[in-house]
Amino acid sequence: MNNSEDQGSSSSSCSSYYEDQPHVLAVDDNVVDRKLIEKLLKTSSCKVTTAENAMTALEYLGIGEDQHNTPKALKVNLVLTDYCMPGMTGYDLLKKIKESSQMREVPVVIMSSENVPTRINKCLEEGAHMFMLKPLKLSDIKKLRCQVMKRRH
Amino acid sequence: MDVVQMLQRQFIDYMNSLYSEYYLDDQFNQLQKLADESSPDFVIEVVTLFFQDSEKLLENLSKALEQPVVDFNQVANHAHQFKGSSSSIGAHRVKNQCVKFRAYCEEKNREGCLACLQELQQEYIVLKKKFEILFQLEQDIVQKGGIVPTKD
Repeated sequence: MNNSEDQGSSSSSCSSYYEDQPHVLAVDDNVVDRKLIEKLLKTSSCKVTTAENAMTALEYLGIGEDQHNTPKALKVNLVLTDYCMPGMTGYDLLKKIKESSQMREVPVVIMSSENVPTRINKCLEEGAHMFMLKPLKLSDIKKLRCQVMKRRH
Repeated sequence: MDVVQMLQRQFIDYMNSLYSEYYLDDQFNQLQKLADESSPDFVIEVVTLFFQDSEKLLENLSKALEQPVVDFNQVANHAHQFKGSSSSIGAHRVKNQCVKFRAYCEEKNREGCLACLQELQQEYIVLKKKFEILFQLEQDIVQKGGIVPTKD
């Protein structure tokens, strides 16, 4: 088992009768990973917006540095972010999202290529929905989508 | 056996050898699963991005190690990036070489890093060549009207 979550796993299977597609904001500084994540999400019937760093992600979410309730802020159902990024890390991004009154309900999933228990716990304690080990596979994203859609309905 | 069947056989054998010799691992298979009618060139696109990114990283690594005072944090960051992208496409040997590289970074061992970098460059060059052969085989099969075999 290489993925940790803060919620118990559900036993019912996830059907795909939901008409609307979840919108995922995927944040990763690596161009290859961004392309892969985008494809994994699209293949799993998700709408995707990608950002190459945390600052851009915050702007898209309408909670960036110089923003005051931007009406153009994206409506997202999930933020999927890499942990190791230059400048603001995925952990910092998680904190900012959880501190924001508008965005704190949005689930944030952290990805990392490194299985470091202290890092995982730190993220879960800060309110990350889940921690996923890279490289991501289609089955990881399908499972994640299922969970996110369950939270919505 | 006609030409297409021969090419398909060659393709299968070549692909199998890439896996059995650990140039590629199961993550590459994951990539292939993602190619479909709407994005038939997905694998080539990702691998091309990987080539561009890798060549940039290798250059950055070289430059960083040439500095009179080496910033090993910077070197480790580049190696981490390279490890990430190679892992994401299933480039097994390259990834393993990146892992070795990071160990030398942690020791702040410049000579070790330089030797490792050379090996990393070699692994990358070999892998790139293998991908080029693989993609050429695919192209030949398609041009002759055949379908590229998929891994079970």
